[in-house]
Amino acid sequence: MMMYALAAVLLGVGLYGLLVKRHLLKKVLGLLIVEHAVNLFLIQLGYIDGGIAPIRTAGEEAAAFVGNAVDPLPQVLVLTSIVIGLGLAMLMVALTLRIYQRYGSLDADRMSELKG
Amino acid sequence: MDPVLIGLTVFVILGSLAALEMKSLLSAVIAIGVVGLGLSIVFLLLGAPDIAITQVVVEVIVVTVLIRAAARVPEETPTLRASRARTFAGAGVALIAVGLLAAAFQTLPAFGSQRFAPALWYLENAPDLTGATNVVTAILLDFRAYDTLGEATVILTAVVGALAVLRRPERPKEGSHV
Repeated sequence: MMMYALAAVLLGVGLYGLLVKRHLLKKVLGLLIVEHAVNLFLIQLGYIDGGIAPIRTAGEEAAAFVGNAVDPLPQVLVLTSIVIGLGLAMLMVALTLRIYQRYGSLDADRMSELKG
Repeated sequence: MDPVLIGLTVFVILGSLAALEMKSLLSAVIAIGVVGLGLSIVFLLLGAPDIAITQVVVEVIVVTVLIRAAARVPEETPTLRASRARTFAGAGVALIAVGLLAAAFQTLPAFGSQRFAPALWYLENAPDLTGATNVVTAILLDFRAYDTLGEATVILTAVVGALAVLRRPERPKEGSHV
């Protein structure tokens, strides 16, 4: 429970950055933190006490492996999510730089007043 | 529960707070790098070496790109102070979200107590069915290969999108009447 709560706090920190910060790059950082928090929570969900990585070494008993290994499924999904997060970060940074070139500012509040 | 794990997670939370509150953009970007690398150690301790490796690689790329971006824009952070009301409102919303999540997490089985049903099937059968010793890659490249194909598609789309956004606007050619 404690560990899950820490992931929730990390998500809260990212959400705070997204909502409060006016600098667009800071908002990007906030979204990255939220992403990290969700990944952390999913990995925590698959953990068991004393768990080993789900890699079966040569000569390891199948029963012992099944009994001790952590859940591999969340790991697979988080692997996909991390790589997609990379693509997302690239796109966000590209858009941020473009916005700066166009408006000469990175203030999200001024951005919403500008038209065209 | 492992105190090292808790300590590292708290370190990650403090790092992300620092990343958001730093005045200098470059320091903030470096703090976000610290967050990602700390998180990769947490993943390692949670029995996920594949995730840890991927996280390190992705974090290095993201931090490099963010440093490039931070160097290209001026430091306007000091003039961009959010109003006091907005800070409190944002922090309040974030706190409410954390509270709701914590309440929802009460219904989950305790941390480290059990795995979900599909895990056992994969752990029992994946090594024999696929011949891979690493169950994570067995699922990634065999059972859920279409997922990975979709991931590649998303990356391609993101690259095309970034190129389209960053492309220099073409000057109209002389003599054209568009």
